Amino acid sequence: MNVLPDHGADDPILSVDGVSVWLSGREVLHDVRFRIMPGEFTGLIGSNGAGKTTLFRVILGLQASSTGSVLVGGRPLTRRNPIIGYVPQKVFLDPDMPLRARDVVALGLDGHRLGVPLGWRRRRQAVDAMLDAVDARHFADARVGNLSGGEQQRVLIAHALISRPRLLLLDEPLANLDIRAEGEVVALLARIAREQRIAVLISAHDVNPLLPVLDRLVYVASGKTASGTTAEVIRAEVLSALYGQHVDVLRVHGRILVVAGAEGPSGVTFEETDGAAVGPDIVSLR
Amino acid sequence: MVNTWIAATLVAVIAGVVGFFVVLRGAAFVAHAIPHGAFGGAAGAVLIGVNPIAGLGVFAVGGALGIGWLGRRGRHDVATALALVLMLGLGALFLSFSVEYAAAIYSLLFGEVLGVPSDELLPIAGLGIACIAALALLYRPLMLTSITPEVAEARGVRAQRIETGFLLVVALAATMTVPVVGVLLMFSLMIGPAATAGSLTRSPRNAIGLSVLLALATVWLAVAVSYLTNLPVGFFVGTLGAVSYGCARIWTARRRGRTATA
Repeated sequence: MNVLPDHGADDPILSVDGVSVWLSGREVLHDVRFRIMPGEFTGLIGSNGAGKTTLFRVILGLQASSTGSVLVGGRPLTRRNPIIGYVPQKVFLDPDMPLRARDVVALGLDGHRLGVPLGWRRRRQAVDAMLDAVDARHFADARVGNLSGGEQQRVLIAHALISRPRLLLLDEPLANLDIRAEGEVVALLARIAREQRIAVLISAHDVNPLLPVLDRLVYVASGKTASGTTAEVIRAEVLSALYGQHVDVLRVHGRILVVAGAEGPSGVTFEETDGAAVGPDIVSLR
Repeated sequence: MVNTWIAATLVAVIAGVVGFFVVLRGAAFVAHAIPHGAFGGAAGAVLIGVNPIAGLGVFAVGGALGIGWLGRRGRHDVATALALVLMLGLGALFLSFSVEYAAAIYSLLFGEVLGVPSDELLPIAGLGIACIAALALLYRPLMLTSITPEVAEARGVRAQRIETGFLLVVALAATMTVPVVGVLLMFSLMIGPAATAGSLTRSPRNAIGLSVLLALATVWLAVAVSYLTNLPVGFFVGTLGAVSYGCARIWTARRRGRTATA
């Protein structure tokens, strides 16, 4: 087990404590606090613009927080933290790029280093093993830009995992995937978290695809967060307090809908802030 | 004639390698702007009685640094366009002051590949090796920042420095090759073979290799045909580049169509 000497397996791999972020005069995140234990699968749930990517940037050490502290593996933040693997949002892989799936994965190994890679055989073995781990071996030599969204997502997960992180951050990896690919990616991530004891923090605007595998979730709305188990957080009282207005939580056939209460008598409407729908929307019912 | 072959070969190798990264990063406009803008520097150098290559170098490097710096917070294409028009504007100004030397400067547009003096071969080879060594050093971060800039940033890659380093390589390549093959030819040699290679092969290494081979074939063929017909080398290089890319696209599209129906 790959555990740092001064950091036990029972200590949180990530602790975010009272983090607030101000960007151009606006408080994007307010007093965010949560912990992730090794091997835990955590969802970061919130609509577009709720502050999920900003929180990721803080954890990656790319965005300074105005207050509060973040400990990764028990240590303060640094740029280039080898404990963290990262799959960013919306990676555009150009079909015209001469680049195979295995080239993308190999860059995860040492893409930040200068010079031409050496140790060809050892690298190839590491890349093949990683491609096997994400069921991507059969398209290892395909042009990465021609792969489907789900296949590309698996390649990017392998790209992030090959440097052996202990915490994997994924920013909206399920966006633009069809239902089947979505299920495959979630199952893959859950397996990786369980088998390799890698903590996973995955952001999504819809909690439903993640429900079967989530250990805990962090719900973000208007820069404020609530964390705990799904049952603890996705409740009308908790979410109404987050959104600052009445919100109903409906459970339909094991799926969850968060719906803003209507101001008038016209029944259910969807809450809007800055033109964007807030919270998992009803379209997610399928 | 031997000098012509050696110079053309050196230029093709450099353009083939640098062009791979230009096409990968979608930086064709930069590869257009730096050599063309540098042409203005040569005009300035002639005006004050200095070797035009020095002027080319100063403008190419200045343009690269300017594009890198302005493009940092804004859009790269806008910074590139502004650097290009500024340098071309200065070039026009310098040319207006030095009417009698204009012909020598205009030859930079098309180059003098059929009349390369021996003492220019060594500097070209030296600068070419420097370009390729710099690209080998930057290889992995250049690939990573081209594919997932966010991951590169999270892993501590200073994307801005890598980008500026890359622009300086393009500037270096332009300075050294423009006097030999001209601005137009250099630009077409950087884009045509690399784009063709990229659509024919899947692995980056094969693409770099094929890009060099195609650049060599293009230049050799163009020089030979130009020698025989007395028509400009630039015409043949430009045409061969566009035609080979077009053929490669048609071929890959047909192959893909066959796999899809099979």
